[in-house]
Amino acid sequence: MASEQGTYYVPEQSKLPIFASLGLFLTVFGAANWMNGNETGPSIFFCGSLLFAFVLWTWFSTVISENMAGLNDAQVKRSYVWGMGWFIFSEVMFFAAFFGALYYIRAFSVPWLGGEGDRGSSNMLWGNFEAAWPLLTTPDMALNGEAALVKGAGQPMGWQGLPLYNTIILLTSSVTVHFAHDALKADKRKAFNYWLGASVLMGIVFLILQVEEYIHAYQELGLTLETGVYGTTFFMLTGFHGAHVTLGTFMLLVMWLRSVFKGHFKSDDHFGFEAASWYWHFVDVVWVGLFIFVYVLGS
Amino acid sequence: MAHGPAKGLTRWLYTTNHKDIGSMYLWFSFAMFLLGGVFALVIRAELFEPGLQIVEPEFFNQMTTMHGLVMVFGAVMPAFVGLANWMIPMMVGAPDMALPRMNNWSFWILPFAFSMLASTLFMEGGAPNFGWTFYAPLSTTYAPPSVTFFIFAVHIMGASSIMGSINIIATILNMRAPGMTLMKMPLFVWTWLITAYLLIAVMPVLAGVVTMMLMDIHFGTSFFDAAGGGDPVLFQHVFWFFGHPEVYIMILPAFGVVSQIIPTFARKPLFGYASMVYATSSIAFLSFIVWAHHMFTVGIPVAGELFFMYATMLIAVPTGVKVFNWVTTMFKGSMTFETPMLFSIAFVILFSIGGFSGLMLAIAPADFQYHDTYFVVAHFHYVLVPGAIFSIIAATYYWLPKWCGRMYNETMGKVHFWLAFIGLNITFFPMHFVGLAGMPRRIPDYNIQFADFNMIASVGAFLFGAAQILFLWNVIATIRSGKPATAEVWENPEGLEWTVDSPAPYHTFSVPPEVK
Amino acid sequence: MLKRAQRLFAWLLGPAVLMMSHQSLADEVEHWGVNMTQGVTQMSQEIYGLHMNIFWWCVGIGVVVFGIMFYTMIVHRKANGAKASNFHESTKLEIIWTVAPFLILIIMAVPATKTLVKIYDTSEADLDILITGYQWKWKYDYIAEDVAFFSSLSTPADQIYNRAPKGPNYLLEVDEPLVIPTKKKVRFLITANDVIHAWWVPDFAVKKDAIPGFVNESWTYVEEPGIYRGQCAELCGKDHGFMPIVVKAVPEAEYLEWISAKQADAVALKALTEKTFTFDELYTKGEEVYAKNCAACHMANGEGVPGVFPGLKGSAVALGPINTHNDVVVNGVPGTAMQAFGGQLSEVDVAAVVTYERNAWGNNMGDHVQPIDVLKLKQGK
Ligand code: HEA
Ligand code: HEA
Ligand code: HEC
Ligand code: CUA
Ligand SMILES: [Cu+2]
Repeated sequence: MASEQGTYYVPEQSKLPIFASLGLFLTVFGAANWMNGNETGPSIFFCGSLLFAFVLWTWFSTVISENMAGLNDAQVKRSYVWGMGWFIFSEVMFFAAFFGALYYIRAFSVPWLGGEGDRGSSNMLWGNFEAAWPLLTTPDMALNGEAALVKGAGQPMGWQGLPLYNTIILLTSSVTVHFAHDALKADKRKAFNYWLGASVLMGIVFLILQVEEYIHAYQELGLTLETGVYGTTFFMLTGFHGAHVTLGTFMLLVMWLRSVFKGHFKSDDHFGFEAASWYWHFVDVVWVGLFIFVYVLGS
Repeated sequence: MAHGPAKGLTRWLYTTNHKDIGSMYLWFSFAMFLLGGVFALVIRAELFEPGLQIVEPEFFNQMTTMHGLVMVFGAVMPAFVGLANWMIPMMVGAPDMALPRMNNWSFWILPFAFSMLASTLFMEGGAPNFGWTFYAPLSTTYAPPSVTFFIFAVHIMGASSIMGSINIIATILNMRAPGMTLMKMPLFVWTWLITAYLLIAVMPVLAGVVTMMLMDIHFGTSFFDAAGGGDPVLFQHVFWFFGHPEVYIMILPAFGVVSQIIPTFARKPLFGYASMVYATSSIAFLSFIVWAHHMFTVGIPVAGELFFMYATMLIAVPTGVKVFNWVTTMFKGSMTFETPMLFSIAFVILFSIGGFSGLMLAIAPADFQYHDTYFVVAHFHYVLVPGAIFSIIAATYYWLPKWCGRMYNETMGKVHFWLAFIGLNITFFPMHFVGLAGMPRRIPDYNIQFADFNMIASVGAFLFGAAQILFLWNVIATIRSGKPATAEVWENPEGLEWTVDSPAPYHTFSVPPEVK
Repeated sequence: MLKRAQRLFAWLLGPAVLMMSHQSLADEVEHWGVNMTQGVTQMSQEIYGLHMNIFWWCVGIGVVVFGIMFYTMIVHRKANGAKASNFHESTKLEIIWTVAPFLILIIMAVPATKTLVKIYDTSEADLDILITGYQWKWKYDYIAEDVAFFSSLSTPADQIYNRAPKGPNYLLEVDEPLVIPTKKKVRFLITANDVIHAWWVPDFAVKKDAIPGFVNESWTYVEEPGIYRGQCAELCGKDHGFMPIVVKAVPEAEYLEWISAKQADAVALKALTEKTFTFDELYTKGEEVYAKNCAACHMANGEGVPGVFPGLKGSAVALGPINTHNDVVVNGVPGTAMQAFGGQLSEVDVAAVVTYERNAWGNNMGDHVQPIDVLKLKQGK
């Protein structure tokens, strides 16, 4: 496997990492100050994010031009492949934590509070709270009525309508990305651009619809981030997913721009695109999980 | 890439060289060890006698928390990553780590993360004071404002760990020299490969749980609030799903180090190489299904309690295999006792003692008496200090001549060992007794019945701390003026790293070595 | 201190001497408290048995493993001219030392499982007590008898700050212990009001976390009357080390007597609510109440802990409208460590402590509250 090793490209010294660290640090330092109500917070945060974004931009440009200069042999490329693969795995585990939390809440904590199961005596603390999912009447409401601090949602979010459309859109976009990939491998540049462009558009439509859905939730259903664990899990899971769709769409968009305006990618050398498409498939799979566990089984 | 290191500060700031990055990791981790050690000394000074004399309870809790956090995330983990950086490319015959720039990024995040964490000590309301396990709601609703900084520090150091382990996996799987099959890899490389998987699997979960905290604190969610249908115990499940594998992250590379050193000084190949690999994998697998043994008293249903008890006990089997293999490696060898060997032998014995107390803790009903007492503190210091820390020290003595081309002072090394060995046992052994007798952990003051052993422990802690100064001195003296070392350094050691000059050239294997 | 140092010295040199007589060894073990308590319940004794059982297994394994190690370290050293052999594999050995520990583990697991199942059986209790952990005290609620009270540390600050000699029960003494009848199965329903605490009495081998919003169950059956002490066993903030537990187990007759006395006390206290107090009465009483309930957070000098607990000296609330002040104390500030003291303190105590806070440390408001006003506030809610 390692026969090509002699040419492994070890980059020269680089300013990128230290500035990336600085940017990342300023971003989170600013965010923390901001959340703690410190006036300097937002400006530190925005400076940091700008720096960070700029460094990442440069970093990717560097990597791309190195590849185009022919510095990357097959082994180097394999390193990038491993890198992206395991990065996606780490993202999977991040979502796993939230899915796990949802599972625990539905299978254990809410029933216990409602008087079922091993810790059912907990119910004595919560008036006549009854376990139900979606949780619209919180334990706090069952105990304190109007005076409750944690109020439940007015209505749950159904899976028909927007969520269903979004599922269809996202699944379709996964297929179109795959077609784009096939087209690229067959060196059909035009078809590649069309398929990829269509995927990007679908990503954007998905996001618009999700915003629509959130507005609907906040304004009509009374379902907000603060409405007990139902609102909590709903918005945290769909929200993080939305953030990932945003990132994924952006990645695909960049790939599209690179292809359309710069003519990047070859039929046998296009890992940038491939990585973005993996990411997109990953985002898609997570959505299927969400659709089933948050929407269909959750309403 | 043909030339040597750049000059001046930028060599370190901009480097992409695994050796430079490895050195930075190691120095950083040693600095954190001293910082965490100073916090520990504050704890031990306050506990020297009953009564409150040096610090107030509020500050004591901050010391306990920061001590745990700094030692775990600042001292032990970066030290192992530093060793990985130095040794893995050399051991598998690679020119460098697979992703050299990202490697430097992983490192440079850490000083920022820990400056932010340490700066909380000076904030209004003080540093995090909720224990290194930061159980909600003490760490959410009832936390000082600095908790937000703590959360973000954890986020970025997690990102650093994830990138570091991605790099290690890519290096090991992709950069091996021709002929270096998986089952020919040195055990240190194996244990790190498995550790890296553990890291990638659990660091995101840690990120998830601190994110949930952040949302509960600032954005009104109710993950950990029963009023909204959540559960504080949910926090513990998610935390320990990370936390238990985390403790093996701190010990598996140590197993690797010891498995390199013992054969060298026993002059005999490692006994049971293949079973070592399988045992390590089994430990890693089991580590995902035992997390609730930290939560025996939270009121888990009895079936769950039993499951976690049995699964935890099972870990003794593969760990035992390792211990037996080490002992058998020594058996009928031709042993000498240089400093790295002394630390490794102490590792085997004292780690086993820590493992035995771990097994006692695993017995759920008995844990009702042990839990949250100094017996637990004794347990985990026995696996962490003579475990993780000793292995790091052993590795340093063992490979230092390779790193800097100079031999350390053996006498001083031995003195360091004996002081550390004695100091450590004086510090942590009595903790078993006070724990069994009923002294809870994380308290700044205690009943007089615990006074004598606490005094002994405090004395030991200062002795152990002082011994580390000797270590620092020895290392610096070696780098500056040690006697030149040969390429082999030891008598017939195994491994590619010994086939290159001492010090190892800046770029080790530009042309891959042939492995038979 | 000097004396302790001497003992310490003796201890370091002493083991050899000690070994000479078995009896004195046992005494010394007792004196130094080196082992788990056997406790006074069947469960605690079973657990002690389990503990010793595993302990001896570990010692045994340790002796064998370390024995071989030391043997080889002494015999197979290069300095003694040992030549290294070259064996490095033996499937037979590997199987033996995989299976043997496994069997040992099974031997350990069987009795552990039995004991655990017994501990989890909280059914058919004679008496239920609801235990609630607060920062930093315990509330005991005898649900059926309508008796409830708080139990907090009674060790004076002078002892803690080394200004007075420490008593034998230093940090393990409370103002009002939990009283339970002997020879009855008592079930504890354990919960918390703010953060997680854990209720632990080693002599009963009962340790259960008190989780806010949830109720955990545990039980005990005590044969022998006596006083049993324990501590909070989960980090719960600043004074985690200062929330002990004291349980007084008494024969049933005595227990019943105590309960009715408690009930009578409550009635008497109610009556006081109607009474009108003078400023000085309130202020003096308030100082006591403050020291006991509030000083833990707001500190005796009223200055609080900056950034964590606000100072009351010069605070906007203490110098503002008296009703707001009353309201904060009675209803607390939800979502913070400031508890609702309305349910914890009598009307008299609330009136007194509010009066005190408005006039102590230079907060010279000059006004005061009567218990009846506090009662109205509570009922108005
Ligand atoms: C390097 C870190 C490390 C390691 C390796 C271990 C190893 C083990 N730990 Fe430990 N543990 C910690 C770090 C570690 N632990 C920390 C930090 C905490 C506290 C966290 C906190 O609350 O702050 C903790 C707490 C902890 C608890 C919770 C206690 C409590 O809070 O109440 C438990 C309970 O089961 C436990 C069990 C074990 C077991 C069974 C092992 C096993 O892996 C040990 C296996 C080894 C052996 C058994 C010895 C060698 C084997 C033989 C010679 C074979 C034959 C032996 C037999 C058959 C007995 N540990
Ligand atoms: C790898 C991890 C690690 C390491 C190495 C250590 C090392 C030490 N720990 Fe650590 N400890 C933890 C991990 C670790 N600990 C964790 C996770 C906790 C739980 C935290 C919690 O409850 O949340 C804990 C808790 C803990 C407690 C319990 C606190 C409490 O419950 O309130 C105590 C008490 O004695 C203690 C002591 C020590 C001591 C004396 C050392 C010594 O080994 C330290 C020695 C090092 C030095 C002393 C520094 C080096 C020397 C100098 C700086 C020079 C100056 C010194 C002199 C001149 C003497 N630790
Ligand atoms: C466990 C800690 C704790 C205890 C005990 C405690 N308090 Fe508080 N108290 C707080 C905290 C925290 C706040 C701040 C709440 C907030 O964020 O508004 C507070 C706020 C107050 C305030 C409002 C002060 C201001 O300026 O906002 C008053 C008045 C007060 N407490 C009175 C009392 C009294 C009277 C007692 C005892 C009977 C008491 N407290 C016991 C923690 C405590
Ligand atoms: Cu209550 Cu610790
Ligand atoms: Cu564990």
